[in-house]
Amino acid sequence: MSQSRSPAATEAGRDNAPRADTAISLRGLHQAFGPDAVALDGVDLDIPAGSFFTLLGPSGCGKTSLLRVIAGLDSPDAGTLSIGGRDVTRTAAHKRNVNTVFQSYALFGHLDVAANIGFGLRMQGHDRATIKKRVAETAAFIQIDNLLGRRIDQLSGGQRQRVALARALVNEPDVLLLDEPLSALDAGLRATLQLELLRIQRRLGMTFVFVTHDQDEAMVMSDTVAVLNQGRIEQVGAPAALYERPANPFVARFMGHSNLFAIRAQDAEGLTADFGRLAGDFRPGSHVLLRPEVMHIRPADAPAAGGQGPNVIRAQVRERLYRGSRMEYTVAAGETTLVAVDDNRGQGMYDIGAEVALAVEQSGVVTLDG
Amino acid sequence: MAKARARTGGWSAIWHLLGLVAPGVIWIVVFLVAPAAYLMTIAFMTNGSYGLPEMPLTLAAFKQLAGYGFLGWSPANLYVVGRTLAQTVLATAAVILIAYPVAFYISRAPARLRPLMLLLVVVPSWTNQVIRAIGWMNILAPGTPMADLAAALGFISPHLGLYPSQFAVALGLVYNFLPFMVLPLYAVFERLDTAQIDAARDLGAGTWDAFRHGVLPQTLPGLAAGTVLVAIPAFGMYVIPELLGGGKNLMLGSLVARQFAAASNWPFGAAAALIMIVATLVGLMVLRRLGRRLGGDSGVML
Repeated sequence: MSQSRSPAATEAGRDNAPRADTAISLRGLHQAFGPDAVALDGVDLDIPAGSFFTLLGPSGCGKTSLLRVIAGLDSPDAGTLSIGGRDVTRTAAHKRNVNTVFQSYALFGHLDVAANIGFGLRMQGHDRATIKKRVAETAAFIQIDNLLGRRIDQLSGGQRQRVALARALVNEPDVLLLDEPLSALDAGLRATLQLELLRIQRRLGMTFVFVTHDQDEAMVMSDTVAVLNQGRIEQVGAPAALYERPANPFVARFMGHSNLFAIRAQDAEGLTADFGRLAGDFRPGSHVLLRPEVMHIRPADAPAAGGQGPNVIRAQVRERLYRGSRMEYTVAAGETTLVAVDDNRGQGMYDIGAEVALAVEQSGVVTLDG
Repeated sequence: MAKARARTGGWSAIWHLLGLVAPGVIWIVVFLVAPAAYLMTIAFMTNGSYGLPEMPLTLAAFKQLAGYGFLGWSPANLYVVGRTLAQTVLATAAVILIAYPVAFYISRAPARLRPLMLLLVVVPSWTNQVIRAIGWMNILAPGTPMADLAAALGFISPHLGLYPSQFAVALGLVYNFLPFMVLPLYAVFERLDTAQIDAARDLGAGTWDAFRHGVLPQTLPGLAAGTVLVAIPAFGMYVIPELLGGGKNLMLGSLVARQFAAASNWPFGAAAALIMIVATLVGLMVLRRLGRRLGGDSGVML
């Protein structure tokens, strides 16, 4: 994925101000809503300017709290927050050059679409002509110029989402915060708007901080993802790094991995877990992750591949799922079960009860701590 | 056959419908339409020598209401109307100013405390209005701590007391109608979308604009309902002005009541009552306009 960005200047007339490399810098952020409700537990984070940055985590992990602190809607109990190199920890929301797209959109029902989009400009005291011009430009950019005269209750979910986006973008914020903006939409519209958001971010070169609990969405859209759990950051990295090299079992499970096993014994020769033994000099860790993509399933009686040869796990098929492009098997190995996938090349499926061998690529075995 | 069944189905549906609406219709005709028609007729009749309405139909009662009497024109009745309107507007405004923060506060209180707090607001209205008015008399009368305090602060002359007075009437109205404003406002505050406040602040709104755009439009339905529940009964209020006003500052409700009782001038009383109804309808229309102007387009309609 290319990291280069088109210049910020677009047909919407945005000025191409130079940006510091780090848009947002968080240091030691703490926030609690009570002794048992710690939302943020010492968050340190640097969000690169001009990137699509995603805060990923289960509900209640603190991602929305973090977003509200960045927006200035809540203030942290401790820690500092700087945006564009300026400390704004104690700056009120309406004085920060940051705008938010809210999960529920929070559009003003008493104003029409144009007045909703122009609200921020009006609050900044721009004159009517300027507001009208910039609203029209932004509406054209988001492709909702045909909706400007509508009332909010006449809009569909997807249209509301776009209006909320335009209402934030028209202010040309340094940072755009998006709080699960697509979660209320159906799957098809969601996919369309994911791509559209990405396209808008690329064209504007604006820093987007996106909150989601959906790891697929995070992987598709982000330059960088921070995984949060119980108010702490578990791992920050590119989607590929998080998926292929998760730092700990929580991240691995949250990225959708199911073949995660505690390591029973490990030495320089190999490691032992519930599924059996893998030979190789792996990095010491507490858990081992076997991604289904690096395990090749084949009949138990097939000849092993030549040369040094990958590790082979003997297993028996317990369940099988036909997924179209691939087949998914749950197989029993040792004292546990594993998930293995097989690309659908028309080779047919293994029967339940069939003895199989899983050839594990050495490079695909990841050991984790924690 | 299908047609026949449809027709019998149609008839039974019509009977069913009639059966459903008949009780309501009969109720409204007997207790609203008929008395209103009777009242309206009386308003256009002549006041007889023995205080009963007689034929022929005239506009005499309305002339008298406008101030034309034996001694020429007097503005007394117009003062009554004006005073009643002013008192209603003032009381409603005061009720809104008190009820709005109270309702907001209750809606943000811990969920287990809210029923209790609402109960505390409502419980006083379970006592008879007259008894509560008499209670206020005792609090505001000359020689009471409240009256002495007001005298010491220079609001009233010494020994006068806060009751009877216009102030006592206003206080009584506010006290009496507070629950009717708190409850509908609480209902809208309870389902307030606070994200709209966040959105307003996020978009650069200060405190006032955040309230004006993030809160007020969402509470308009409750404000409108509360205003109707407060202003209309307050406009026709009889007991409180009568008791707390000490009969000095006549209000429209008392004026009407007197015509049917002591003064025995039914046509005049009926004419005044008609004016009250008209004024109420005009007030409702103004409220509706205002609701639209302030922007609550859906839900504010009455």
